[in-house]
Amino acid sequence: MTDTSEIIPVLVSLLAPFNPENKALSEVTDIPAELNIDSVGVLDFIMEVEDHFDIEIPMNAVANIRTIGELAAYVQSQLNKG
Amino acid sequence: MVDLLEKHKGIADRFQRMVDMGINGLGVTNDKMISPTRAMVGGREILLAGTNNYMGITFDPRCIAAGQKALAEYGTGTTGSRIANGSFAMHKELEKELAGFLNLQHCVVFTTGYQANLGMLSGLAGPKDTIYLDADSHSSIYDGCTLSGAKLVRFRHNDAADLDKRLSRSEDTEGGRLVVLEGIYSMLGDRAPLKDFVELKKKHEFQLLVDDAHSFGVLGPNGRGLGDEAGLEEHVDFVVGTFSKSVGAIGGFGAGNHPLFETLRYAMRPYMFTASSSPASIATSIAALQVLKAEPERRARLWANSEQLYKGLKGLGFEMGTDQVSPVIAVKMPDELSTIVKWNALFQGGVYVNMAVPPGTPNRMCLLRCSVSAAHTPEDINRIIGIFKDVVAA
Ligand SMILES: Cc1ncc(COP(=O)(O)O)c(C=O)c1O
Repeated sequence: MTDTSEIIPVLVSLLAPFNPENKALSEVTDIPAELNIDSVGVLDFIMEVEDHFDIEIPMNAVANIRTIGELAAYVQSQLNKG
Repeated sequence: MVDLLEKHKGIADRFQRMVDMGINGLGVTNDKMISPTRAMVGGREILLAGTNNYMGITFDPRCIAAGQKALAEYGTGTTGSRIANGSFAMHKELEKELAGFLNLQHCVVFTTGYQANLGMLSGLAGPKDTIYLDADSHSSIYDGCTLSGAKLVRFRHNDAADLDKRLSRSEDTEGGRLVVLEGIYSMLGDRAPLKDFVELKKKHEFQLLVDDAHSFGVLGPNGRGLGDEAGLEEHVDFVVGTFSKSVGAIGGFGAGNHPLFETLRYAMRPYMFTASSSPASIATSIAALQVLKAEPERRARLWANSEQLYKGLKGLGFEMGTDQVSPVIAVKMPDELSTIVKWNALFQGGVYVNMAVPPGTPNRMCLLRCSVSAAHTPEDINRIIGIFKDVVAA
């Protein structure tokens, strides 16, 4: 059982290339709004997350995910499914 | 009150910057069209190198005559959808002509290529199904995917191994699976490696759709598109395309051999709930298809021109959008500001190319995008290369 507290630091490191201004990131960071990433950028980041954890995060699910914490919860639910 | 338009303030500021720096590259007005490759803009004659007019057919006298005849005989518009108002005989003639061109059994025409993708994708895939789409897909593919309600999985651009991995992640899905590729990608001009993707059909179950918007008339010994070029047409289940580029008219199509294909007409909202294309547009499309079939030398000229421009620009040391000669030729620029400046300089020099900036481009690239026409002369191409040398390379 992977805990979201283990997932969040991984997400933060995967977000680094999408965070050129080096903003501080935490569970409550709103990914598109605070990092000023456009919709395609968010999808590119999600692809990295999918490949890191070897899970599927359909584009439809991305629409409901805004914060790093919400993404971590989604990743956890997928990991625990498998 | 929340002002609904406030959210677009950022876009307005970006546009204003373009206007402030000269001419807004995203809003040029052609006062008069002189030929497939020339327009009058603000009293100056401009050489057009960014209009997707691949076959240079927009002023063909046979197409114009066919359009004028249809206008006189069928009137200015169809005033409704084919489901509500019925078809004109010409719609069916166009579908038959195109099915023949494509060597496929069924073909449905739409009012635009954008609607063809909306219609085909939402007609084929529903909420239980999954669509796998290339990351660099055109917006009409993204929008069609959204309209379908299907599960959407994006794979890395032109990467069959990446798609293989993603297909493996949900092998046990209960619905159908549709993989969507483009023949020639509209911004960078690269092509889908069809053979690699078709190979995956041996390992995974899915149906395959290719959007040949930029490759219809352009690729393959018969100009039928990516499948024709690769000799793998029988593995492409559905083809989508547009009349707005090589055909020089307006409209779109979906085609295939599936025995239930015709039922899509009653399942595609972007087909059912919009007026069918105008008589003049249908007639010019039919005439253009006949011209394309009768004059394969247009395709040869397009490729010769493409090679000349590609090599010329590459020879100037530009970073190109793709390493393969293509009628879509993009020069990569470092940032939006320099793209605007250089676009303006090209335009002042009398050449129109496309200013392509995010989010319309893959990977947030900024591009000066050219599209070549069979109607360009070698001198036209030299002039385009010359102006790039003078104002962009400098
Ligand atoms: C790949 C692709 N598909 C579809 C379309 C839509 O075609 P149309 O202009 O006929 O709406 C375009 C171009 O605009 C395109 O580049």
